[in-house]
Amino acid sequence: MNVVELVDVVKRYPGDPPVEALRGVSLAVKEGEMLAIVGRSGSGKSTLLHVMGTLDRADEGMVCVAGHDLTKLGDRQLSALRAQSIGFVFQQFFLLDGMTVLDNTADGLLYSGLPLRERRAAARKALERVGLGHRLRHHPAQLSGGESQRVAIARAVVHRPALVLADEPTGNLDTASGAALLDLLQELHQEGATIAVITHDRDIAAAAPRPVEVEDGRIVRDTGRAW
Amino acid sequence: MIGGAPAQSRVHPAELLRLGSMGLRTRRLRASLSALGVSIGIAAMVAVLGVSASSQANLLAQLDRLGTNLLTVTPGNTFFGQAAMLPHEAPATIGRLDSVQAVSSTAVVSNATVRRTDQIPPANTLGISVRWTDLNLLRTLQGSVYRGRWLNAATIRYPAVVLGWVAAQRLGVVDLDQPTQVFLGGRWYTVVGILQSLQLVPEIDRSALIGLPVAQDQFLAGDSPDTVYVRSTPSQALSTLGLLPRATNPEHPEQVNVSRPSDALAARAAASAAFTSLFLGLGAVALLVGGVGIANVMVISVLERRSEIGLRRALGATRSLIAVQFLTESLFLSLLGGLGGVALGAGATWVYAQVQGLPAVVPAAAVGGALGAALLVGAVAGLYPASRAARLSPTEALRTV
Repeated sequence: MNVVELVDVVKRYPGDPPVEALRGVSLAVKEGEMLAIVGRSGSGKSTLLHVMGTLDRADEGMVCVAGHDLTKLGDRQLSALRAQSIGFVFQQFFLLDGMTVLDNTADGLLYSGLPLRERRAAARKALERVGLGHRLRHHPAQLSGGESQRVAIARAVVHRPALVLADEPTGNLDTASGAALLDLLQELHQEGATIAVITHDRDIAAAAPRPVEVEDGRIVRDTGRAW
Repeated sequence: MIGGAPAQSRVHPAELLRLGSMGLRTRRLRASLSALGVSIGIAAMVAVLGVSASSQANLLAQLDRLGTNLLTVTPGNTFFGQAAMLPHEAPATIGRLDSVQAVSSTAVVSNATVRRTDQIPPANTLGISVRWTDLNLLRTLQGSVYRGRWLNAATIRYPAVVLGWVAAQRLGVVDLDQPTQVFLGGRWYTVVGILQSLQLVPEIDRSALIGLPVAQDQFLAGDSPDTVYVRSTPSQALSTLGLLPRATNPEHPEQVNVSRPSDALAARAAASAAFTSLFLGLGAVALLVGGVGIANVMVISVLERRSEIGLRRALGATRSLIAVQFLTESLFLSLLGGLGGVALGAGATWVYAQVQGLPAVVPAAAVGGALGAALLVGAVAGLYPASRAARLSPTEALRTV
């Protein structure tokens, strides 16, 4: 079963002349797959991530995520889809300073309507999974970059999403923590998570089970291409 | 799950409070400063209402204490516009009314002045008038003597004087430990007593009171009173008031004026309430300025927390949940300001009441109204920033600055 399905997706940004960030992208991601979307900056890979993550709408073509045709969904339903089925990891971590690591992670479940106690229990498990069980009461400012990104990963998987999208997750990390982080993503993949990593780093892409190369808004190489 | 619409994003209600207060907890100084703006407005309104309620409570307490059954009778005008006179037997005829408990008459002795010594020029009256009176005056006014004693059947015939409270102060007669005399109408009079202040009849406070017989002897005063004080039974004050003109002057009841001094006090209570609306308006302006401050801080907060908004959208927050979060924060700010303002205003009322010797009263309606006004201001101030936060597209919000 496909978690994500893109068919001939076009995305334009208004301007003079308008910029075509995606020019007919087709991509299918099966459940349990791990792919690395690689491309230079400006190649359209971030736009691709936004479209897959339902943060942005395609101008043309079809986008299906977790079985929902996104063109038919409004803001409320798209938000609900994100809350239930998608987990994001960002280059800048985006942890909130005023809260503990545990509560930051529990925010991954915030919009599911669960009470705090249940969300904290799930967050504790997720943090233990990423090896931060000893850092629950710390604040983000007290963590290293690698630890911060692992908290962000815990937050992205705490609600067991159908799809984890990681946008340059190692972009702000040194080589060693970057490698450790990729190992963690690999492990989560082996446990069954569907993961798409967006990166400009060809070495990371080469190490991924399914590298997908984007250039000028088109997919130019995809080993696991479904059609 | 395929095909069906995903369940709605929602937030546990308790979480909304946590979300709404998060921005305040992490930016305490800014939160308290912007809440202070609202506090000042609310404090002004609560203090104004509290102070006016306190003085009103005081006036009403005074009314209760002084009673509303003291009536005064004064001469009016004749049909031709000349000053009328009260018949000298008026006290006797008024006294025959069943509802009258006590009657007393008095009149200014216009050709007499009172001075501390004969060295002081006669023109220097200090605003004190000399009045003749009968023995019933003190009982009718329910006054009491501060020093010495009231006139009696003997002293009423001799050069003895009782000073009203203000008159005694102006003449510098503080106590009567030593025999004290004042120079009254060209002769030395012995001060036999000083009265306590009479709040309902300030004219007596400013008088030097001598007996009618001695006034007739020495100043050739007539026995027609210029004021008759009447104490009625408490429940029949108004009906007695209606009977007084005819009882005073059966031939010409239209030449008699009657009034109730406590009415003036009640009117003052009403007037002070009217005055507060001006200050309330000023408080409202301060509150408005406070609201603008909150709106300002909230707009800045939305700009600063762009990435948080982006993150929350990525985590599944709908536009309306984002709006609600910022609106809640704005309401929190204004509520904080409102509570602080109520405390400040109540404190100011208490201090004012202590200084003025009034009972401190902060009306519950003022507190409720003030908090309601604060919340209203917070809601209005938060509306624009919240809608701005909600309109921000997730990708735009997540874009690194």
